Amino acid sequence: MKRQEKQKDERKAKKGIIRDLIILGIILAVTVVLLIEFPDRREPVIATSWDFFLEMILILPAVMVLLGLFAVFVPKNMVVKYLGKTSGIKGIFLAILIGALPTGPLYIAFPIAATLLKKGARISNVILFLSAWACIKIPQEMVELQFLGLQFMITRLILTVIFVIIMALIIEWIMKWSENKGGVKNAV
Amino acid sequence: MDVTVIVINAIAIISFLIALLKDKEKAKKSLLIAGKSFIRILPMMFIIIIVIGLLLGFVPPEEISKFIGNQSGIVGVLLVGVVGAIMHIPALLSFPLAASLLEGGASVTAVAAFITTLTMIGVVTLPLEIKELGKKMALLRNGISFVIAIIIAFIMGTIL
Repeated sequence: MKRQEKQKDERKAKKGIIRDLIILGIILAVTVVLLIEFPDRREPVIATSWDFFLEMILILPAVMVLLGLFAVFVPKNMVVKYLGKTSGIKGIFLAILIGALPTGPLYIAFPIAATLLKKGARISNVILFLSAWACIKIPQEMVELQFLGLQFMITRLILTVIFVIIMALIIEWIMKWSENKGGVKNAV
Repeated sequence: MDVTVIVINAIAIISFLIALLKDKEKAKKSLLIAGKSFIRILPMMFIIIIVIGLLLGFVPPEEISKFIGNQSGIVGVLLVGVVGAIMHIPALLSFPLAASLLEGGASVTAVAAFITTLTMIGVVTLPLEIKELGKKMALLRNGISFVIAIIIAFIMGTIL
């Protein structure tokens, strides 16, 4: 079962990389034509791309190493174990903290979130966990720091945490309210 | 070389050394995963880098700022918000793109909206989210995320 899933993932990854390479080929071709047509643009385009390439290549390998370490050393069932029962302020912080750990793209988090819901975790904590996973990830913050600066990164981080908590509570409230409205049958 | 680069690389190296001390096999495995994900992201990284070069080399700042600059108002911000929600690129690569937009004349508000919707909302992954969490919850999360992304963006634009 697990092996099958792994193979499926790998096939998906291969498909994705081929698609990216095709797009890259097209963009390269367009760029070459453009730069031949407009020789005066060659210098700014190449200089800009080179600058951004350097900035990326200096941090991406390090970020990838961190991602790899977390993928191997942090077991997936840890999330369910810790988030299943905690509530209150502690639950809020734990949900954000665990979501922020660097462990892969968002679509991995959906099945984990579904398991959490089934196990009776608070809706608001599940939403928080998902949102933290999506946009408060530690490696993301590192890259944001590198490209947009400390002030931008910190301000956006604080605002995001505040509003994500508000959103989680609103969604929980709406879900419960609509459940109650749906009839006593669903509520019990 | 700037401080951020040194700090991030130092954290990675130290973490890896600790991992190596704890469990050699697992450390090796994580390095393998790191290598694989790096190769996986490379084509997209080159795509983004070339797009940034073309964007800044060909599109004059006046044009960029006309659409998503300070004078563009709420329409420009909503526009980049929607683009961010639909675009499906690794979040790690959205930051250089955002930096280039900022450099090219976009407003802080627009750039913040772009990154926030890009990371929080996934139109492409929405079917999967609906399958796992149900229609109501998935739509609520993505919908309200869009609203708070725009609010965050305008607060950022005001205080930065």
